[in-house]
Amino acid sequence: MNRTSSSSYDEMLEADGTVRPAYAGYRQWLDAQAPGLLKRKGIEAEAFFRRTGITFNVYGAADAEERLIPFDSVPRIITASQWRKLSRGIEQRVRALNAFLHDLYHRQEIVRAGRVPERLLRDNAAYLAQMAGFTPPGGVYTHIVGVDLVRTGEDDFMVLEDNARTPSGVSYMLENRETMMAMFPELFTQVRVREVSDYPRRLARSLAACAPAAFAGDKPRVAVLTPGIHNSAYFEHAFLADQMGAELVEGSDLKVEGGRVAMRTTKGWQPVDVIYRRVDDDYLDPLSFNPQSVLGVAGIMDVYRAGGITIANAPGTGIADDKAIYSFMPEIVEFYTGEKPILANVPTWRCSEPDALAYVLDNLAELVVKEVHGSGGYGMLIGPTSSKKEIAAFAAKLRARPDNYIAQPTLSLSTVPIFTKAGLAPRHVDLRPFVLVSPHGVDITPGGLTRVALKKGSLVVNSSQGGGTKDSWVLDD
Amino acid sequence: MLGRSANGIFWLFRYLERAENTARLIEAGFRMALTRDSGAASEEWRSVLITLGMQRAYAARHGEEITGPHVFNFVLRDRDNPASVLAMIEMARTNARMVRTGITREVWEAVNESWMKLKEVLARPVTETRLGDVLDAIRRQATLVRGAMEGTMLRNDIYDFAGIGTFVERADNTARILDVKYYVLLPSLSAVGSSLDNVQWENVLRSVAGERAYRWLNAGQMDPRGIASFLILDKRFPRSLAFCYAELSGHLAYLAREYGFETEAHAIQRASEARLSALTIEAIFEQGLHQFIGEFLACNNRLAQQIQRDYRFVE
Repeated sequence: MNRTSSSSYDEMLEADGTVRPAYAGYRQWLDAQAPGLLKRKGIEAEAFFRRTGITFNVYGAADAEERLIPFDSVPRIITASQWRKLSRGIEQRVRALNAFLHDLYHRQEIVRAGRVPERLLRDNAAYLAQMAGFTPPGGVYTHIVGVDLVRTGEDDFMVLEDNARTPSGVSYMLENRETMMAMFPELFTQVRVREVSDYPRRLARSLAACAPAAFAGDKPRVAVLTPGIHNSAYFEHAFLADQMGAELVEGSDLKVEGGRVAMRTTKGWQPVDVIYRRVDDDYLDPLSFNPQSVLGVAGIMDVYRAGGITIANAPGTGIADDKAIYSFMPEIVEFYTGEKPILANVPTWRCSEPDALAYVLDNLAELVVKEVHGSGGYGMLIGPTSSKKEIAAFAAKLRARPDNYIAQPTLSLSTVPIFTKAGLAPRHVDLRPFVLVSPHGVDITPGGLTRVALKKGSLVVNSSQGGGTKDSWVLDD
Repeated sequence: MLGRSANGIFWLFRYLERAENTARLIEAGFRMALTRDSGAASEEWRSVLITLGMQRAYAARHGEEITGPHVFNFVLRDRDNPASVLAMIEMARTNARMVRTGITREVWEAVNESWMKLKEVLARPVTETRLGDVLDAIRRQATLVRGAMEGTMLRNDIYDFAGIGTFVERADNTARILDVKYYVLLPSLSAVGSSLDNVQWENVLRSVAGERAYRWLNAGQMDPRGIASFLILDKRFPRSLAFCYAELSGHLAYLAREYGFETEAHAIQRASEARLSALTIEAIFEQGLHQFIGEFLACNNRLAQQIQRDYRFVE
């Protein structure tokens, strides 16, 4: 994979080694630092993360050990003008996603117009019949969205996937910044970086703005619903509840009483107005979905449909994460906004289509193939780094269930340097900005979470697959 | 606050308090073992096991023979011992993670750091050479958590449930130590006044970190009644039963004010505290110290359970 590295767009350096404008201020600061500083600070940062307990649990790890997501201290920097364009594109896309979800659960105009095939919805496990004909409070489906962006050139940003179900990682965005400011305070006096720390306040405001019809009072009561301390993202659930001043609840703390969802407090049962749930649809309500679930609340869907509670994100939004639906996003954006998409999709072959399948099978060694419902970097094939045997095995799976896959070219993702033993070295990155949606509008925190592949040449940035993170800067004008 | 969070806070502080008291108990046992012949030393270690209610678990692991290193390793770090100090620190940390939103960053970091430090010092067998450092580390970490709590936590219901957990556990531990030590010491009561006897009594005080305070208050007079009175009735001593109940009274009164209602637990607590303040040491000895402590422990336990019910710790 070094082949792709050498030809990739590096965000800090031009081909001749000149520092690009976005990194000029940072590089100037860096060059003035004593040798060994970054290394020492890196060790400090790890101790800091361990002490504060910023860890995630790895599913399937033998002792369910808590791991740290490696943090790299070289920031990923985006200029103000790049960000303006990105945020316009993200807002357009997120508005389209919400309109699409509303349409999907109502008249399905987009299907009637022949722009999206009905089959994609009908057979989709993420489509929830329980949501048909129902409009969530404030008309908002995706209260929180993470839009994964990749970059291949100076102005070439593309959307790799949409995370409209329960995007995670925002706590790392916040803690990475805290860590950078604690390690290098003077750096922030030399380079003007836009603030991210008010995300929890914006989230709380955004959620409160979606209170259900049954809410009465002056301040909606918000709770974060977590599967519990063994969940891989528990740290984030606790972190967000803490920062928002919301209760962190588990299914066992809640019950349906008098047409409301109530939580067991030391003063008795008290109604909850808005639930920011970090529990999948399937586990939300044993009466409506998986009857074995103990993570949710029996009867919450009835309360929801009767206007007794707001669930964020709305059940059934997961269908927008489907990679087959993703391939239709350019049409979806155009259909609902009447505009050309500002942000491009990555070119995508739908293996359900015979011509596409034939092409994909002929070119597996060059392509990335993903499951349409997959996430986290599991169950995918990266052609260029796979052996002949692996490719043959994957081809068999692909022929057996073509509907289950999409394929994309192996993108030459941009690189940003990380700090290694041998000094700065370029590694591939992506970017997940976090987007809040409320009846008042779309609110995008400047920056996001940069994930970085730590292995030389690797394109896999997922933390579950050994990726790390960086602080992501949007420069102030 | 959530009932489950109140439960988590309550147990977080119970486990921390118990871990610290266990370390003190071992410290006293070790000191005794250093100054006595081997027979008396193993009696001392036996009393440690009895106080902690671990004699059967210990026998299952090591048989009848009681040696210092076996006892303190079993109590501190044995994986087969679900009530080891290491297990308690782990449970404390798990509870802290569960109630992460109810405690300040400082308290969480102090608990998390305690867990990391103690996991490390207890990762390998503790030798007699290293024991002092290990016990020191346990006490230090407990102090750190308490300091973070006092210095950063809002004085609200969360703080009260933390305090209730702490003092219910401390009252229980002090009472148990007094009970067991008293019975171990009974045979020597006939030889009151001998220097050996003084060492043993001083050791009771050492188990609850009260030897300096007692000496200062009593000009070095080591007599059983004085010591029992000090540990049960002296409100100035922060590990006495009377002190613990005064603290519990404060926390429960605060809860009643904040919530606007009293519960059955308030009645139980008031009755216990009234009994404690009316008591004299003569009356206690007349009734029998062992019987008094038995009743006290049962009552203390009833109070804890009533609080858990009244404030909906569990469904």
